[in-house]
Amino acid sequence: MGQTKRAGCAVQLAAPEICPLGIDGVLVRFARILSEEANTRAIGFAAQVKAAGLHGVQEVASSLTSVRVAFNPTLTNRADITAQLAEILTQPAHATATPRRAWRIPVAFGPEHAPQLAEAAALAGVTQDQAVKQITSQTLRVIALGFAPGQPYLGMLPPHWDIARQSELTPKMPNGALVAAVRQLIIFAADAPTGWRHIGQTAFRVYQPDAPEPFAFQPGDSVQFCAVGDSELDALRNRGDTNGGAQMSVVT
Amino acid sequence: MPNLMIDSIGPGVTVQDLGRPGWTAQGLSTGGAADRLALLEAAAILGAPLHAGLEMMGFGGVFRTDADTRIALTGAQMQADIDGVPIAPNTSAFLRAGQKLTIGGAKRGVYGYLCFAGGVTTPQIMQSRATHLTAAIGGLLQAGQTLPIGKDPDPSAPALRLTNTDRCAGGVVRVMPGPQTGFFDAKTRARFAQTTFTRSPRGNRQGVRLDHDGEGFTLAGGLNITSDLIVAGDIQMTGDGVPYVLLAECQTIGGYPRIGSILPADIPIIAQAAPGARLQCRFVTLAEADATAISDAQTLKSLRSRCAPIIRDPHDIADLLGYQLISGVTAGDDM
Repeated sequence: MGQTKRAGCAVQLAAPEICPLGIDGVLVRFARILSEEANTRAIGFAAQVKAAGLHGVQEVASSLTSVRVAFNPTLTNRADITAQLAEILTQPAHATATPRRAWRIPVAFGPEHAPQLAEAAALAGVTQDQAVKQITSQTLRVIALGFAPGQPYLGMLPPHWDIARQSELTPKMPNGALVAAVRQLIIFAADAPTGWRHIGQTAFRVYQPDAPEPFAFQPGDSVQFCAVGDSELDALRNRGDTNGGAQMSVVT
Repeated sequence: MPNLMIDSIGPGVTVQDLGRPGWTAQGLSTGGAADRLALLEAAAILGAPLHAGLEMMGFGGVFRTDADTRIALTGAQMQADIDGVPIAPNTSAFLRAGQKLTIGGAKRGVYGYLCFAGGVTTPQIMQSRATHLTAAIGGLLQAGQTLPIGKDPDPSAPALRLTNTDRCAGGVVRVMPGPQTGFFDAKTRARFAQTTFTRSPRGNRQGVRLDHDGEGFTLAGGLNITSDLIVAGDIQMTGDGVPYVLLAECQTIGGYPRIGSILPADIPIIAQAAPGARLQCRFVTLAEADATAISDAQTLKSLRSRCAPIIRDPHDIADLLGYQLISGVTAGDDM
């Protein structure tokens, strides 16, 4: 596993931990604390394991800093899978960490659609205009999908965006809301309560259970937000032929 | 295609199969029956492939079909009758078109399953018919609804009974180590293993809370751990150190520390433990845990081999006097 420790990473990760997670699963954990490096490594490793096509592997899922490999115990066993994963860990983490799908998603930042933008900008120590500029000028990455089906955790914003969740929950964040906390953004998947602050609104649906492709995002996708006016967002909401005006391109 | 008519229904009835695995990375948990074994048992009793059935949390309802079909009730024991004639759990029963099937409250356990020989055949979403309430797939069934069911391929098949092991009274569940077990100190783990828990009234398809006397099971370092992947059966500790066992419809990623995972073979014991049932967790080694792995196909095969034909008790035959039982018997003096 020496390869993971050397090479020119800005932050060196400790050797990954290999743990059991269920009688049909192995968890490879790259760090105990979330960092861009650990997340990139996890997403890249998941792609490597999928590409390896190991016998008996049923599912490969990445999260913030780890990857779970689910296997069929009637086709293989923990010892074999663990040995194969350890072998893959010795291989260089190549370009699989580069996003392969790039999204461009319209967001409205007007007062009606961004009730807590001013508050969040103040906590980040910037003006509202600067906040919008910073959020739309950076390419973010889907760190993980979770909490609700298809709901992306997008990161990482610059350190001054390390703003805490509010202690009072917003009872019902609307579907498509762009919310911020702890250097991350989320596009909300459902009308649900949250402590994250509502700083914008998309007409984008991250999860459509009846659609042929129910989930818009995959971990590792890149996301670029672009600002649109409130009226333009309303128009996008009313259109059925596009998912909130979002565009997705495959990076080759 | 035959239909199932719902005349009245309890508040927690959903269509369930074994769920939709494979979407963890997208944030969708497998879902499916809270007590998977009950669906496999029904398949064995009905001599059918594994089909979707109705999962009834605590209370059933009143049902009719417009075609004759064999049915089976598995999981929690619920009061049930067909046109007033009681039917036994874990036994195939014949439901004629138009007859009224009444299923009442759970006498033992939490989740009862009503299964049909041809299965419930509602449309599949992502290769499964399982309702996943938190993911807005399907919903709670309502009175007045009609669901499609499959035709019984062999309505005249002999009735079978499965003598099952009772899993509705709580007891000991086995826990295997997980990625965060070591986050808890040895003393806390030992105390956890020695504690007798009571299944709290707070519970649903996402998870159940376990109550106990005494202090909680907290991490020395507090709650600041990075969220990580969850599997059903995981025992997570909330901020106060109160254990919650996660079930079929849990989230895929969570930030609460988890002391270990209840083995899949013992998850039905947790799912079927009624509020107040006593539970104890026993840690097993990784090797012991892995040795319990068994495929659904193997489980089904073993259940099929345990099904036996029913010898009907005359007390259960309501129209006993209508049977021609004494044909050919004479007083003996007419020869």
